[in-house]
Amino acid sequence: MTDYTNMELLRFTTAGSVDDGKSTLIGRLLYDSKSIFEDQYDAVRDSSERRGEEGVNLALLTDGLKSEREQGITIDVAYRYFNTPKRKFIIADTPGHIQYTRNMVTGASTANVALILIDARKGVLEQTRRHAFIASLLQIPHLVVCINKMDLVDYNEEVYEKIKQDFEEFSYKLDVNDVHFIPISALKGDNVVNPSDKTPWYQGSTLLYYLENVHIGSDHNFIDCRFPVQLVLRPNTDEFHDYRGYAGRIAGGVFKKGDKVMLLPSGFASKIAKIDTLDGELEEAYPPMSVTMLLEDDLDLSRGDMIVRENNHPEVEQDLEVMVCWFHDRPLQLRGKYAILHTTQEVRCIVKEIRYKLDINTLHRNEEDKQIGMNDIARVVIRTTKPLFFDAYRKNRITGSLLFVEEGTNDTVGAGMII
Amino acid sequence: MSYHLNHLKELESESIFVLREVAAQFERPVLMFSGGKDSILMVHLARKAFYPARIPFPLLHVDTGHNFPETIEYRDKLVEEIGAKLIVGSVQDAIDEGKIAEEKGYNASRNYLQTSVLLETLEEGKYDAALGGARRDEEKARAKERFFSHRDEFGQWDPKNQRPELWNLFNGKKNYGEHFRVFPISNWTELDVWMYLAAEGVELPSLYFAHERPVFERDGILLADCDYIQKRPEEEGAIEERMVRCRTIGDMTCTGVWESQAATIEDIIKEVSIARKTERGGRADDKRSETAMEDRKKQGYF
Repeated sequence: MTDYTNMELLRFTTAGSVDDGKSTLIGRLLYDSKSIFEDQYDAVRDSSERRGEEGVNLALLTDGLKSEREQGITIDVAYRYFNTPKRKFIIADTPGHIQYTRNMVTGASTANVALILIDARKGVLEQTRRHAFIASLLQIPHLVVCINKMDLVDYNEEVYEKIKQDFEEFSYKLDVNDVHFIPISALKGDNVVNPSDKTPWYQGSTLLYYLENVHIGSDHNFIDCRFPVQLVLRPNTDEFHDYRGYAGRIAGGVFKKGDKVMLLPSGFASKIAKIDTLDGELEEAYPPMSVTMLLEDDLDLSRGDMIVRENNHPEVEQDLEVMVCWFHDRPLQLRGKYAILHTTQEVRCIVKEIRYKLDINTLHRNEEDKQIGMNDIARVVIRTTKPLFFDAYRKNRITGSLLFVEEGTNDTVGAGMII
Repeated sequence: MSYHLNHLKELESESIFVLREVAAQFERPVLMFSGGKDSILMVHLARKAFYPARIPFPLLHVDTGHNFPETIEYRDKLVEEIGAKLIVGSVQDAIDEGKIAEEKGYNASRNYLQTSVLLETLEEGKYDAALGGARRDEEKARAKERFFSHRDEFGQWDPKNQRPELWNLFNGKKNYGEHFRVFPISNWTELDVWMYLAAEGVELPSLYFAHERPVFERDGILLADCDYIQKRPEEEGAIEERMVRCRTIGDMTCTGVWESQAATIEDIIKEVSIARKTERGGRADDKRSETAMEDRKKQGYF
């Protein structure tokens, strides 16, 4: 029997359209790992038949909403799950059209791996560049480029090499470190779960092997200690009369019992007296653990504050440079005021400057066009009502990210990555 | 020393984070408790999230009056053990008061009636966040749910207009009269739940383990015989004792049971890991149409 306490969790995002064979690929991964259930498969087969479609349309597995099924398009991020004895996988399946940048960004925000699909007959397209750019913007640690439909180009090595070269030519301008290429045929199953005998020139791993083995142990920041306080636990019972615990999730670094710490914003120093959980005390805590910290001194500390190490501080600023992806059809307002959600803190901000709008296909910085609408990406300057405790997004995805919330409607209108 | 969590610990940590966000962002949260394994998991995680303090919100059970008796027994014991407050929204009372009318016929179920009782109970108690144990792997409409899912003043879900959710940031801001449904175990699968409950040694209702029970078949689903279901004459004749267990627990009228020999939680994990049918495959309430779940959710079902 599988030792299920030894499995890791890997989140990946897939971007692409039906034409790339994305649904076929996901279907293949799920089917070959036995994660599609008979009744699900039957329901999808029946629906496909009713619609008069040829074959079984696996996209219907993920397009769960009535309007998606009617229109045959994916509107919203769909989450799919499967596992092998080694890992549990969460797929954030996002539509690839330009108008759905916001969904791609959403799916990418928590992913360890981005899976980019290229049709071997078509090569690197505008869409490919867009996906790769978003993966780099959101700092997805690993990128795997699947060159699909190899069966339709006779498993030709030159085609594969050419596409690989084209991709590398533009990706060197992006901020991606770990890129991996795999020639596959999702339809025939080549190099997806099983190695193909049709690509003897390819010595690398299959897609599933890659997903099962890519090293994700360093995807968190284990160096810079950051603990945003979520809430204060005060039981007020006889047994725990003077208990004052700071509950939260470690956002960075390794905290140990006895560590000297500093509290923000007060700047007071203290020591970690105890790292507590229902299952007992811990000697150390690291991302992404949820724990409760107790300090040696009784100090003023509450939600939105942060515990850090004495000699390693985050930035403490009110003026921030942010790359923002806009989500709403009401455009970003210069001089506009928004609520900002950052770690466990909530503040207000004013947009002081729009530096440029980024063309995500050409990476051209347009300093003239300041109209930032839905799905646009721009660099802006904001000033917040209170200082935020943050790191650059490149250094820490948790302390470096924030959301813009429209006052009045309370809608989440933008996602920001602090530079 | 390598710093990494196994997948169950990572899921646990994510769920605890979400539960704590609810306590921090809302004034009057409530935890919807059905007595099924997912809500049992939720209570277990909530204990961890707030230890050594008590769970800072009451449990809410929408009681259709058509429960498996084992469910109520388990519920009352658990509530006493953790010292929680239990609120019961009764479908029977609502029928007696003439607020809602019962469905009639062979397929009558109180499943649909739960929605209005749930919404009324939430309104009466002025609850601004209702925590539920729904998972995205359960059903295709639930696969589109957010952790923090906004509901308008009528309790409706607008699936095409949901707030994007990124990183660890959950936007629970709302206007007066609106509320949220929050799903801390969104990312767990059926198998994860069982593995975790086994690893944690959590006690479960006897219904989940194989036992002998009189059952009959309808539309390919095995139903437990009880007075709440109107049976056709040929169904009356076909009732027989079989070894079965529940994969989900709901109202007796729409919860199918499965033939099984699984006597321990380890057996269940083995069974689930090779299962070829989804757990809700036995839920008659999902089978009314292709979009039965989405339609109910839009109206405020959980």
